[in-house]
Amino acid sequence: MTNDNTLISVQDLKVYFRSGHECARAVDGISFEIRQEETVCLVGESGCGKTVSALSILGLIQTPPGEIAGGQIMFQGKNLLELDEEDMQKIRGNRIAMVFQEPLTSLNPVFTIEDQIGEAISIHKNIGSGELRDCCIKLLKDVGIPSPVQRLKDYPHQLSGGQRQRVMIAMALACDPDLIIADEPTTALDVTVQAQILQLLKSIQETRSMSILYITHDLGVVANIAHRVYVMYSGIVTEQGNAAQIFHHARHPYTQGLLASLPSRSKRGKRLFSIPGTVPNPAYKPAGCPFHPRCPHAIPICGKEYPKMCDYGQAHLARCPVLFKNSHNPDKPEPKSI
Amino acid sequence: MESKSKDKQMILRVQNLKKYFPIRRGFFQKIAGWVKAVDDVSFEIEQGKTLGLVGESGCGKTTVARLILKLLEPDNGKIIFRGIDIGELTEKEMKPLRKKIQIVFQDPFGSLNPRMTTGLSIEEGLRILGIKRGKKRKERLEKLLKMVGMSPESADRYPHEFSGGQRQRICIARALSVDPSLVVCDEPISALDVSIQAQIINLLKDLQDRLGLSYLFISHDLNVVSYLCSTISVMYKGQIMESAPAEELFENPRHPYTLSLISAIPDPAPGLRRKIEILEPDLSDSLITSKGCRFQGRCPMEEPRCLEEEISFEKVGEKHFVRCWKAAKK
Repeated sequence: MTNDNTLISVQDLKVYFRSGHECARAVDGISFEIRQEETVCLVGESGCGKTVSALSILGLIQTPPGEIAGGQIMFQGKNLLELDEEDMQKIRGNRIAMVFQEPLTSLNPVFTIEDQIGEAISIHKNIGSGELRDCCIKLLKDVGIPSPVQRLKDYPHQLSGGQRQRVMIAMALACDPDLIIADEPTTALDVTVQAQILQLLKSIQETRSMSILYITHDLGVVANIAHRVYVMYSGIVTEQGNAAQIFHHARHPYTQGLLASLPSRSKRGKRLFSIPGTVPNPAYKPAGCPFHPRCPHAIPICGKEYPKMCDYGQAHLARCPVLFKNSHNPDKPEPKSI
Repeated sequence: MESKSKDKQMILRVQNLKKYFPIRRGFFQKIAGWVKAVDDVSFEIEQGKTLGLVGESGCGKTTVARLILKLLEPDNGKIIFRGIDIGELTEKEMKPLRKKIQIVFQDPFGSLNPRMTTGLSIEEGLRILGIKRGKKRKERLEKLLKMVGMSPESADRYPHEFSGGQRQRICIARALSVDPSLVVCDEPISALDVSIQAQIINLLKDLQDRLGLSYLFISHDLNVVSYLCSTISVMYKGQIMESAPAEELFENPRHPYTLSLISAIPDPAPGLRRKIEILEPDLSDSLITSKGCRFQGRCPMEEPRCLEEEISFEKVGEKHFVRCWKAAKK
């Protein structure tokens, strides 16, 4: 499974949150890998564990109540989960950087742009103030902020939402990381600005040859930027494959349902398919396949046995043995996407 | 006579609506300028149909909604609901009409009182309608809950016991409790999970078919609007830039802003990537532009005339209007 150019590989990661007698299994054994110069998307609804997975890569899960209950995260030969805080700080922001969803709350309102980008650099590099300033200007230029010299003295409130997100990206780029984790970076932005930011991420990736882990719930964005996609549901990966496989040949009922439920102009006048029910509470997950109470293909065994990953070839995997069996049974027609 | 029959078809007509907010500065709070939140907005909503109002955040969509609900007083213009100009009504005269125009808000977590049970929240409207406590009110409550796909038992439970989608159903039930004919939906699904959004869209559609409701559907999501709405108006910085029947708007967009908006929709079909027209970032002070076209500075086909003249809203086809002299000439 592990290729030579694998940058980071997460294996069977489990993150639980305890409170009182409850134990919320936010991430319940997920595995994924990111290769060099690749954009990988984690897609899923709120509460499916995508942000928790990202935070655990950076060692940002608060313990307690959080708890890494198992698994490993291999990055450049080291297991990140075993590193102490001092070693972790050398990686965090330096080799792996993060861009958060809400640029207004993740920038400090009382410091200027220069202070904040400068801080990100000076923590990891020992350079003089003049050079630091040049670095900041260059970074702002790279992320497409007009007249960067004037912007250095600005405070976050003086910038628009899109510009703030550009500053966040500049901070993430400060130490030329190998991997950028972008957690819903465009969710708070308008569509036209979103298009600009996605374009920016793409061009940065090409010029700097980094990897991006992009976390989102928006399948439209995924189609736009992803090389490979991991679909998550209730703490597990339900399907993985490249973008074309996921969007044109979805093999898991959840992925199929999500795609069918997206409104679009071509579905005008027709009733939208909707997945019944709601996302399970991570503290009270159903036994067996977590999706089975909402699944149109569910059979009794789905409620008892934890589903295995089924291989459709060409690195396209889906965690639904029922559809897998149907697709290999000549009597039954190939499961069509709904 | 003719205008009267037209009024009957049109449940709501908004004409030249304006709302400016003052910017106050300095010690004496002198008015330093005006934010033109809504500037010369006109549209019509047909009985039983849906008008989609799309635009970026801060373009004035929600201000339009608040003006229609008379939560704000317009500075100019008319809001004609079933032939009555609600701008001229006093608060007392408005009261019976308030039942007829209801709103569903964006955030179902913030718009339900956490200390009131679902039943109490929904019954509040019934109480104002004058339905006395008792069997009749209970029956009506159960009917409303059933209508939005909730069990009657949920009436005794509190908002925190429900998920986002269920809460939005409760908000819809509350809006419908007073028998409205126009429902303003202000981004009703953008706070919900992807797999829940389709449920709420289907519910809104079913209710429209059953009760003959008219919707003003405010959203920034063109995919949803293109699916749900019969007519779409595209708003930018307080003005409507283009307005057309949904099919026409997507087949034949005229205004450069509409074009870039449509091309920026993230399309969930890889391989079919169209060229995305990336707009220049907006650097002007958003709503305080003094004269000329509101889209100046970002428009790819800008000419000197655009900076000087006030651009009029011109008809370019059947029910198709555009606020761009160049696009109108084509």
